[in-house]
Amino acid sequence: MIARVFNFIHDLGHSITSRIDRLGLAARFAGLLLLALGVSIRRASLIIREVYFSGVRSLSIISVSGLFVGMVLAVQGYEVLQRYGSAESLGVIVALSLVRELGPVVTALLFAGRASSAVTAEIGLMRATEQLAAMDMMAVDPLSRVIAPRFLAAIFSMPILAAIFSVAGVFGAWIVGVQLIGIDDGAFWSQMQANVDVRIDVLNGLLKSIVFGTAVGLISVFEGYFAAPTAEGIASATTRTVVISSLSVLLLDLVLTVMMFRGLS
Amino acid sequence: MNRSKFDFAVGLFVAIGLLAMAFMALKVGNLAGFDSGSGYALEARFDNIGGLKVRAPVKSAGVVVGRVESIGLDSETYEAVVRLRIASNYRFSKDTIASILTSGLLGEQYVGLESGGDPVYLAGGDRLGKTQSAMILEKLISQFLFSKAAETPAKSQ
Repeated sequence: MIARVFNFIHDLGHSITSRIDRLGLAARFAGLLLLALGVSIRRASLIIREVYFSGVRSLSIISVSGLFVGMVLAVQGYEVLQRYGSAESLGVIVALSLVRELGPVVTALLFAGRASSAVTAEIGLMRATEQLAAMDMMAVDPLSRVIAPRFLAAIFSMPILAAIFSVAGVFGAWIVGVQLIGIDDGAFWSQMQANVDVRIDVLNGLLKSIVFGTAVGLISVFEGYFAAPTAEGIASATTRTVVISSLSVLLLDLVLTVMMFRGLS
Repeated sequence: MNRSKFDFAVGLFVAIGLLAMAFMALKVGNLAGFDSGSGYALEARFDNIGGLKVRAPVKSAGVVVGRVESIGLDSETYEAVVRLRIASNYRFSKDTIASILTSGLLGEQYVGLESGGDPVYLAGGDRLGKTQSAMILEKLISQFLFSKAAETPAKSQ
């Protein structure tokens, strides 16, 4: 009995210290990555290639999801709003929830699943097949040649994708609200414009997505770079990227929302 | 895929992204409309502002002419100090009355400005002399009840 309690406490301690250990590793890795950014940022062609694979190729899933999310918001929002006789506010509700929250957050979640998992698998396989070690041998710094461009591409792509998501969502809400349900077109747009503030809502939303891009990008390259060089190791690293990215995006969203929007109203 | 094709695809991606951001700024938000940084400030003091909030509209004859910039309390006189930011293309005379009104029965509260006949116009930083406080529903009801209560004994005689 005592041995079992002892074991339990031992395991608990071990799981906590190993997590702190890994957090420290991630922080040191982020520091090294920051140093490598200076070299990497001058080689735009590498970043452009990664923006193509992470950002451009995510365009279809982002715009289609945005459209559907906007449509669903319009249907649900209308259902509640018409009970209070203010169906014209649909534009405001949809636009504010997309621009402030759903645009950045859902984009980051989709990006983590669509692009970051691929980045982790790619870097993990490079590690497993010793391509990174080979680069090191040729005096090519893998951090600035392989890791930094993928990290920068995530930061760069995220706000663009979030903006496209929000616009697709507003368009979807317009299709459902104005074209199908028959809310007045003018009221839909004018209420939206009167209540969405460019600085407070739009810019804060984009700022959020830049923060999410940084977090998701860092997690994906970190998990790939330190993946165990086996098939199983790459598989678990890819899973961890998606899980940790999603959780940290949601946690960061809470923190950022409280910081940005609490003082209002 | 060669490099120029990457460049083209990414260029298109960035262009679409910029268009989306411009759409959000102009069509979803309202950058072209009243900008909270410009215009001139006016100060109005109210006994009670009710549910007025920062960023609430300032209207004159129903037209939005500015926004509420900040709300504070003067700890000497216990009056609410409301700073209004008015778009620079609107001018109001010195004897303008500011009142706190409600749009609709349960709508948001806003500041209404009613210009008077004074030929001198208000300049930035001026204080509005005449103000009318928000209608507080509870006070209204209690006033009504008191006046009813005052009437009843007269009727019973």
